[in-house]
Amino acid sequence: MYNASDLKKGLKIEIDGDPCIITNFDFSKPGKGQAIYRCKIKNLVTGNQFEKSYRSGDKVNRCSLISREFTFSYIDGADYVFSDNETFEEARLNDELLGDLKYFIVDDMKVEILFHNERALDITLPNFVEMPIAETEPGARGDTANNVMKPAKLANGYELNVPIFINEGDIVRIDTRNGQYSDRVSKG
Amino acid sequence: MDTGALVLRDALMRCIRAFFHERGFIEVETPIRLKTPCMELHIDAEPAGDHYLRTSPEIFHKQLLAAGHGRIFEIGKCFRQGEYGRLHHPEYTMLEWYRSHADYMDMLEETRLLVEAVAALRNRGFGEWTLLGISEAFREFAGWDPVAEYDADRFDIDLVEKVEPALGRIAGPVVLIDYPAEAAALSRRKPGNPLVAERWELYIDGIELANAYSELTDAREQRGRFEACADRRRELGKAVYPIDERFVEAVGRMPPSGGVAMGIDRLLMVLAGADSLDGLVAFRSPCDA
Repeated sequence: MYNASDLKKGLKIEIDGDPCIITNFDFSKPGKGQAIYRCKIKNLVTGNQFEKSYRSGDKVNRCSLISREFTFSYIDGADYVFSDNETFEEARLNDELLGDLKYFIVDDMKVEILFHNERALDITLPNFVEMPIAETEPGARGDTANNVMKPAKLANGYELNVPIFINEGDIVRIDTRNGQYSDRVSKG
Repeated sequence: MDTGALVLRDALMRCIRAFFHERGFIEVETPIRLKTPCMELHIDAEPAGDHYLRTSPEIFHKQLLAAGHGRIFEIGKCFRQGEYGRLHHPEYTMLEWYRSHADYMDMLEETRLLVEAVAALRNRGFGEWTLLGISEAFREFAGWDPVAEYDADRFDIDLVEKVEPALGRIAGPVVLIDYPAEAAALSRRKPGNPLVAERWELYIDGIELANAYSELTDAREQRGRFEACADRRRELGKAVYPIDERFVEAVGRMPPSGGVAMGIDRLLMVLAGADSLDGLVAFRSPCDA
């Protein structure tokens, strides 16, 4: 347990069983009165933000978050299933939680999954992933210096902009942190 | 560090000293390390070896009043454990002054003159002063009356979350006055209305700057308040300080007096138009928390 006086910006705490982070913190103490620790808090599961004040003497639950390495295994309906190579434990994340990251998950990819108790909260992919371009207008030669871009699609339907010289079948490197084209790995 | 802040602080210190010297006050120095910090429920003294650091100079000033010094002031560092925030620093500069044969309204008039003298440093008038009874302020901004029925927890939280933000929206200095007797601290009860203590707090821009009393001069009541406070502190698992017998005895001998404690770092904030002590207290860092 934390004491109210331990609270500070950036601290992760548990409220009603949910992991939360203190996004803003202010210490107040009216003349002769007791200390009031005023927090803005974000629920790490729902993303909801709210304000909460603690008084000296209040106790706050600690939040234990653990990050573990898993390998992508298979898709089961809306769930992406990952497994721990040593224990063969499975972790499931649904496509809603994954958002656009689901487009960049490839066979045997190693990922970091963040757990609160038994619940998977967040996933971190390798910074770059190599994927083939499935659809794009034919490439134009010569214009490799300028940043002229054109739309393209991956086989899974993800749309991104690529330089004009990219052709269908080319393997490109995509930055998973922003979902953007990084560079060309090889020609198709 | 902002050198402008240091220059402004220097001008402020000179202005305050000149103000009190012109009015016949003497500047006094009293101990900073002591065995018996003034006991208050929510103020924790910083231990210093086998002593504590003072949380306020008040217990010495009242002994000086009892010894016949009728106009005294002190500017110095005070220390409060665990207080760090936008408006708090665990070691801060306090101005404290006392006048014999004066009450909290006399002290309010003197405070008004001091604040006007200080405002001239910045050619910044603070505007009209508003006097607001605690009872009215709470009814208006928090929907209940702590004088009629006191609830300590609700009082502190509503003061911080509802009343103080509303005071920040009132132009000019605001004085919250006539506190519930339960929040009297070391002030006397109002003659004719035992529910209310003769205490006020000054706010400018929603920032609490000063606290004032018609001082309690009843040694028995003083001892009773210390003992009740010691019991509450014990219940809360807080350190209980010994009672300074010379102080309690002096309370019974001192003339009727008024006293004001003013936070100089916050006064500097108001003068500089700053919204935090950052940059105004030299060498302040979050490591001081």
